[in-house]
Amino acid sequence: MNIIVVGLSHKSAPLEIREKIAFAPHLIEQPLREIVALQDIAEAIILSTCNRVEVYAITRDIAGGIARIKRFLADYHHLPFERLEPHLYGYHGEAAIRHVFRVAASLDSLVMGEPQILGQIKSAYGYAAEYKTSGIILNRFLHKAFSVAKRVRTETRIASSAVSVAFAAVELAKKIFGELSDKTVMLIGAGEMGELAARHFISSGIRSMMIANRTFERAEKLAEELDGRAVDFNDLLEHLQKADIVLSSTGAPQQIIKSADVAGVIRRRKMKPMFFIDIAVPRDIDPKVNDLENIYLYNTDDLQGVVASNLRQRATEAEKAEEIVNQEIIPFSAWLSSLTVTPTIVALRSRFEEIRRAELAKTLAVWKDLPKEDEKRLEALTAAIIGKLLHPPVSLLKQNQQGNRNDLYVDALRLLFDLNPALHDTDEEPELDE
Amino acid sequence: MNLILFKVILGLYCAASISYLVYLAKPASFTGRLSHWLAATGFILHCAFTLFRYHEAGYTPITNMHESFSFFGLAIVGIFIAFERRYRVVILGAFVLPVALLLLIASFSFPSAILPLLPVLKSRWLLVHTTFAFSGYAAFTLAFCAAVMYLIQEHYLKYKKLGALYHKLPPLDTLDDINYHCLTIGFPLFTVAIITGAIWAETAWGSYWSWDPKETWSLITWFLYAALLHGRLTTGWRGRRAAILAIAGFIVLLFTFLGVNFFLPGLHSYK
Repeated sequence: MNIIVVGLSHKSAPLEIREKIAFAPHLIEQPLREIVALQDIAEAIILSTCNRVEVYAITRDIAGGIARIKRFLADYHHLPFERLEPHLYGYHGEAAIRHVFRVAASLDSLVMGEPQILGQIKSAYGYAAEYKTSGIILNRFLHKAFSVAKRVRTETRIASSAVSVAFAAVELAKKIFGELSDKTVMLIGAGEMGELAARHFISSGIRSMMIANRTFERAEKLAEELDGRAVDFNDLLEHLQKADIVLSSTGAPQQIIKSADVAGVIRRRKMKPMFFIDIAVPRDIDPKVNDLENIYLYNTDDLQGVVASNLRQRATEAEKAEEIVNQEIIPFSAWLSSLTVTPTIVALRSRFEEIRRAELAKTLAVWKDLPKEDEKRLEALTAAIIGKLLHPPVSLLKQNQQGNRNDLYVDALRLLFDLNPALHDTDEEPELDE
Repeated sequence: MNLILFKVILGLYCAASISYLVYLAKPASFTGRLSHWLAATGFILHCAFTLFRYHEAGYTPITNMHESFSFFGLAIVGIFIAFERRYRVVILGAFVLPVALLLLIASFSFPSAILPLLPVLKSRWLLVHTTFAFSGYAAFTLAFCAAVMYLIQEHYLKYKKLGALYHKLPPLDTLDDINYHCLTIGFPLFTVAIITGAIWAETAWGSYWSWDPKETWSLITWFLYAALLHGRLTTGWRGRRAAILAIAGFIVLLFTFLGVNFFLPGLHSYK
């Protein structure tokens, strides 16, 4: 039994293809049932997000299974196969395991380390479990993928730094002030960008928000939305004194906050630190403000710089994460191959035993005057012969090491000794080495 | 017996320093806890060691360089453990424990034999005066460590180069709070030390104040910290300025403690 992955992602397909083959979550039952009904497909999960559509399935026939699922994706969405096919990838074996582990750990995401993907895989798995299209192997596989994702999250810093400008501003504020719960933010300008950043601050638990805008009505309207207080733009400097964090994004063509003004404000605040965030272009705040004591001024470029360095840091953390993925693949593929190995060993043993019994019975039927004792000897002799013969292949299969071509041996043994594959009829499930 | 115990304490502080530095390089809750317990065990043994020596010698063991360095280190680790709990800044240990370790090594390099107490030191003021002085020193040392961390973090934020330690160092406000808190502990202790010293001087030498180098430099140190505290409370000397002054204060303090003993002979030169 093999794990296969068929699908496309932001890396392989443009948006206009991705949107055509996306599955709506509430309509996922039908396609799931159709996939498991395909020839030689045993289990299936469909993951459909805005950046990727993938089918994880279990099949006996790798090439055929991949081809059939590719065909299914095109047919189900009424897309010409020739148009879809170049964007699709198909993985099997270790490559499939690695792919799913990487997706779950957010290593394959558009924004590496973004946390949503794990939740999306969990809900995709939830649907498959609900409609019973996932079985022993995919259950185990997905749970392993979740634990790999968790390891990556706890053992690397891949998801711990801000990768948006607004979020970077909040993180900087926390590095200046620590707790934000007793801090006041002043938003200058009622534009969209400023509002977005302001909302980030509100959700990180600031005490209060002041809003200043040239047209007071707009400030009042936004204040109502954000549960803040509108203040008079003409008394800006007076109110500035009460603000710990100042977010400026007006459309003003000239600077509205001068360094000398801020110097007065900070003195009146008894040098309590202030954090200015200037996301306006052209800039609202005199760059010299940053030279004042206990004042930190970040403009759009500075924040972009922080984001870029966070992204670079993610790249180095990603290397550690890949190493974790590598470590986890080995025991899982060992478990997977043991799934096919155990029944093969059982079948091989019973085939040999069957032949031995048949031949022994034939011989004993002719050899009538053989004493009971010698009959036992003969029994022991034949048993010893097949035991010796079976020992090397069985121990080779049981070694289960990486690089061991167990799939090859299993196929060869089945062909050479005419063993009927019987997979799901063994009740016991080999244990995965944790 | 004493020497073995001292070496064990030295080893524990050394292990704690390394462990805290490892934590600084790669924060993990296990290393954090390990560091804390190494430091705490060292501290408890160090307390026992000091009490044992007090019992054996029959006087407060802060009368020579060996004993002073040792007690200084003890007070620093003690104050640090209290602050680590209060502010939850494990990383502070990476700066404080190496200082304590250095003090213990310095202590180790001086003769540790218990000698009969000099007649002039035979007084009940010895206990109060020296304990308060070194506890004050310890609080100022912690303020110094927090100030160094503040300046590093401030540099990152001001120049927008978020270097290796940026994510690991605590927020500026927390460091500033620690700095201030240490000052409010250290300053009263140091003040009491100077006052008790003056009273003792009157009984021992017949004069409250004789402008001996130790006294002069202690007064300079006291004024520096008094100015910092005053500036903080009235005109808002906080953040960067407070950090720089805490560092300046510590340098003067080091001179008061060491420079005076080694370079300026006077009534306080107990080697």
